[in-house]
Amino acid sequence: MDLSPYLLSALIWLPIVGGGLLLALGDGGDVHSARAGMMRVTAFWLTMLTFALSVVLYMAFDNAAASMQFVERISWVAALDAYYYLGVDGISAPLILLTTFITPLIVISAWDTIKVRPAQYFAAFLFLEGLMIGVFCALDGLLFYAFWEAMLVPMFLIIGIWGGEHRVYATLKFFLYTFLGSVMMLVAFIYLYGETGSFDLFGFMNAPLTLTTQKMIFIAFLLAFAVKVPMWPVHTWLPDAHVEAPTGGSVILAAIMLKMGGYGFLRLSLPIVPDGSDYFSGMMIALSLIAIVYIGFVALMQTDMKKLIAYASIAHMGFATLGIFLVWRISAGMGAGLGMTGAMVQMVSHGLISGAMFLCVGVLYDRMHSRNIADYGGVANTMPIFAAFMVLFSMANAGLPGTSGFVGEFMVILASFKASFWYAFLAASTLILGAAYTLWMVKRVIYGEVANDNVASLEDLNIREFIVLGVLAVAVLLLGLWPAPLVDMMNASIEQLIQQIGQSKL
Amino acid sequence: MQAYYLTIVLAPLAAAIITGLFGKWIGRAGAHWLTNLAVGLSCVLSIAVFKHLFFDGGTAENINIYTWAVTDGLRMEVGFLVDRLTALMMVVVTFVSLMVHIYTIGYMHDDSGYQRFFSYISLFTFSMLMLVMANNFLQLFFGWEAVGLVSYLLIGFWFKRESAIFANLKAFLVNRVGDFGFILGIAGIVMISGSLDYATVFASAESIAAQNIEVIPGSPWNAMTVICILLFIGAMGKSAQAPLHVWLPDSMEGPTPISALIHAATMVTAGIFMVARMSPLFEFSTTALAVVIVIGAITAFFMGLIGIVQNDIKRIIAYSTLSQLGYMTVALGASAYSAAMFHLMTHAFFKALLFLAAGSVIIALHHEQDIRKMGGLRKYMPITYWTALVGSLALIGFPGSSGFFSKDLLIEAIRESHWHSEPWVYWIAYPSVLLGVFVTALYTFRLFFLVFHGEERMDAETRSHLHESPWVVTVPLILLAIPSAVIGWFTVNDVLFDNYFGDSIVVRSSHDVLAYMGESFHGSLALVSHSVQTPVFWLTAAGAFTAWFLYLKRPDIPAAIKDKFSGLYTLLDRKYFMDDLYIKGFAAGGRAVGSFLWQKGDQLLIDGMLVNGTANTIGRLAGIMRQLQTGYIYTYAFTMIVGLTMLLSWLIWFR
Repeated sequence: MDLSPYLLSALIWLPIVGGGLLLALGDGGDVHSARAGMMRVTAFWLTMLTFALSVVLYMAFDNAAASMQFVERISWVAALDAYYYLGVDGISAPLILLTTFITPLIVISAWDTIKVRPAQYFAAFLFLEGLMIGVFCALDGLLFYAFWEAMLVPMFLIIGIWGGEHRVYATLKFFLYTFLGSVMMLVAFIYLYGETGSFDLFGFMNAPLTLTTQKMIFIAFLLAFAVKVPMWPVHTWLPDAHVEAPTGGSVILAAIMLKMGGYGFLRLSLPIVPDGSDYFSGMMIALSLIAIVYIGFVALMQTDMKKLIAYASIAHMGFATLGIFLVWRISAGMGAGLGMTGAMVQMVSHGLISGAMFLCVGVLYDRMHSRNIADYGGVANTMPIFAAFMVLFSMANAGLPGTSGFVGEFMVILASFKASFWYAFLAASTLILGAAYTLWMVKRVIYGEVANDNVASLEDLNIREFIVLGVLAVAVLLLGLWPAPLVDMMNASIEQLIQQIGQSKL
Repeated sequence: MQAYYLTIVLAPLAAAIITGLFGKWIGRAGAHWLTNLAVGLSCVLSIAVFKHLFFDGGTAENINIYTWAVTDGLRMEVGFLVDRLTALMMVVVTFVSLMVHIYTIGYMHDDSGYQRFFSYISLFTFSMLMLVMANNFLQLFFGWEAVGLVSYLLIGFWFKRESAIFANLKAFLVNRVGDFGFILGIAGIVMISGSLDYATVFASAESIAAQNIEVIPGSPWNAMTVICILLFIGAMGKSAQAPLHVWLPDSMEGPTPISALIHAATMVTAGIFMVARMSPLFEFSTTALAVVIVIGAITAFFMGLIGIVQNDIKRIIAYSTLSQLGYMTVALGASAYSAAMFHLMTHAFFKALLFLAAGSVIIALHHEQDIRKMGGLRKYMPITYWTALVGSLALIGFPGSSGFFSKDLLIEAIRESHWHSEPWVYWIAYPSVLLGVFVTALYTFRLFFLVFHGEERMDAETRSHLHESPWVVTVPLILLAIPSAVIGWFTVNDVLFDNYFGDSIVVRSSHDVLAYMGESFHGSLALVSHSVQTPVFWLTAAGAFTAWFLYLKRPDIPAAIKDKFSGLYTLLDRKYFMDDLYIKGFAAGGRAVGSFLWQKGDQLLIDGMLVNGTANTIGRLAGIMRQLQTGYIYTYAFTMIVGLTMLLSWLIWFR
């Protein structure tokens, strides 16, 4: 029996149902109980099983096909003509793989560091995983919106319950920012429903829309997606959210939730309102370049490691949005596809690298309960293995060739040169700024004499931390040395998207 | 040959990975045996490749190993282009690397990071080979940045030292400034020619040169000029040309073996190699070549001057390296690419030799690097003394030594070059390289005399322990001294005048100064015997004599000069205040911009006024609105009546 028609549903619902199971059983309130241990093991195997399913997806995925694969379509809300409509293409599939790859690592990293309500903590991540995969699969506007908003709830709880000292401010800021943005997306969906009579995303894409309408819809989508990416100037929730979130929360936030924004642009904004996107592309490129340069400078001055990495995330995601919107500035020949592929690769790679960086900070935080750069110094003396990982990921963060961090940036810089010398000039400044803020932190944290007694008593990585960072290191190097498998997955879909948006709706 | 190429590249990589990850298990001996054998294998095979191409008349090969990625019609490959230019670099890199590997066994004997060090230098060898063997710009950039990474790791090898971790950050960032230009140049090439592959790009050089890029809107610049200058910015970073030279002297914080390998013989010459490799492009832009020659001339002369006032043995040699790299760059700018490559080769041998000899001195004196605390070492360290003498003579271009052939002919090439018709370029370039000869001889023999001759200025305790270094140190010195002394004799004709490089280097016939010089070249012996008639010889002799007079005969004079010309001395001692400019200007400026944007932009404007401001405004509005909700039914009823009345009136009167 061919199970592939149910594969996406399985990917979405396995973690969600599993999360429900964990919630229902609970850990009995005792972290050290056998029951809590069992919950951890269950959570781990559930995420591993989800990962295994995504490997099946990868194996069965047809790189040559540009259209949607593994499609499922069942009537959902008949009155609204809304469908439970799922499918993946080369743009969503890599992000699903990223999600299923990162989540088990989060479970391992949280193994013995979460001292409060571990079962609920793991349940929240399982819910989140399922809902995020749902966003990447949904091809129906209403379904997309439902997953999109539902995702906020576990994230809200993760920061609000397991977060740091100022978690209430951070959660509110996070929630209001993202919620206000996405409500506008719902308004746009309802308008498009009025125009087409269904919530089918392909119906939206085929709907003829005037330029004015397209501009309005673009702005509505922009509010939702720009906050998620986040783009300058709606980025200030991110550093606060990261600082207050527990390590796992930071990882999932940086690695996957930010990608929702870039994915939204690719899946919704560009194909539904191509002329609106064209109209605003100059602004989008400007905002992306501001993110790269302005945020690069801001990151330099951070004193809190998590904030520094959070700002670095914003700068790196600037490459994703830059790569996407360059398409409107490249009239012919090579470049547009390179920019968009670069944007996608950048998103996947950033997921791995920023996740790894936050895990590294988490390793230090678990030992010293400080994220302050000034509290560290000479960590390499007491934690040599950790230092090796940290330097590797920092180099990846600085875009060193041979690591995944280089691939996307390289492609986007090439493409932006085609559009304008100055775009490339500003984008390439990341070579200097990225290295400056990352390696200056490395210098102050990792190198030097042992700074104080706390550093002197640090213990090197335990086996679980080693596995998590080791797996990420392999992934970062593999994608850097041989990105072809990832790029091949995307090519057909991106080519088709560029062709599609080349057709004006006017 | 493909199996050869792969082995040459992968053997050091495998050794580096095993030593790096499993250093604890394989132990110290395991680490040095493994890496030495791997690099030795690379070296032997490189020589075999060289023999195949040069003596056996083999043809150049251009092969792709695997496809990195393909998208948007752009094929990104990893592959090798092995021609005579590459083969020369492969031999130089692996040979010097092998010498340094052997030497390290002695030099790093007592260091706790023994395995880590071997892992790094093997990784460096791999990266450098990837760079020189690349057949496309992507892999070139990979190797380019990978050697930068290893350089970063090795400068900061003793990571407890504040000065070392300052120097490695500085080196990486300054190199990144160069790479910033480099990647833009690559982007320009790809976007105009549609390919990363050398062969394809070179084939379309003419069409690139026919296009324009509007860097400043409204004033189109020739695309080739823009691209070549951008590429050259990359070379300026890696090959430490002014004003991006500031990282190289500080890089001496790293252990001496890597100063020899990375910061003298190989990595810093990557920029020279790259420009020579890109000669099919540079030949199309006279403007870019003018930039190259002027930058090179400035570096060659002014960096040499700084060398005269330094007191740290390694820093003197570092400034000498800067100056010599300047010489090579000048040759590139004069389209005498072969002369640049020839000097690159001889310099690799004699400069590595000088650094390793300095290292031998440094360990003998228990890590003392100040030449004011040395002197008279000749009798304690005879092998080091004689090999250092060979290296010094080669550096100043003593007739017959390897440096004589490369430098003498390089200077002559500048004199005869096509720039003759362009006075402002010519009168910057030629006097710089000519006077540089005097400066070179002066700082070289100042160092030599102060270290090996004269009174013994070290303390008695140190003196009592003085002895020659072990064989693992002296054997590499001797093995490097041989080519430093004689290699010029045998190779000068082939490399410079007999079209050794063939198609790998392209020179326009109107620029081809070496072909012109070749007509009057009558062999090595004739060149040596005629050398006394040239100004170069007399300037060299004058420099060496001045050094002898000032530092051995009348040591009181330098101090007097220093007092008399204190302004000039300060200028040189502070390295023309370039470091101050970078650290107090750019670095501090960058931090100030960062602080401003963070505190005024993010915190005050966006968060303070927009985000929390909105929240506060809503809060305040809500406070006002709350007053309306009194909870009394009559208030609501009254409001309803008023509202209803207004709505009805609007409907009646306005519809």
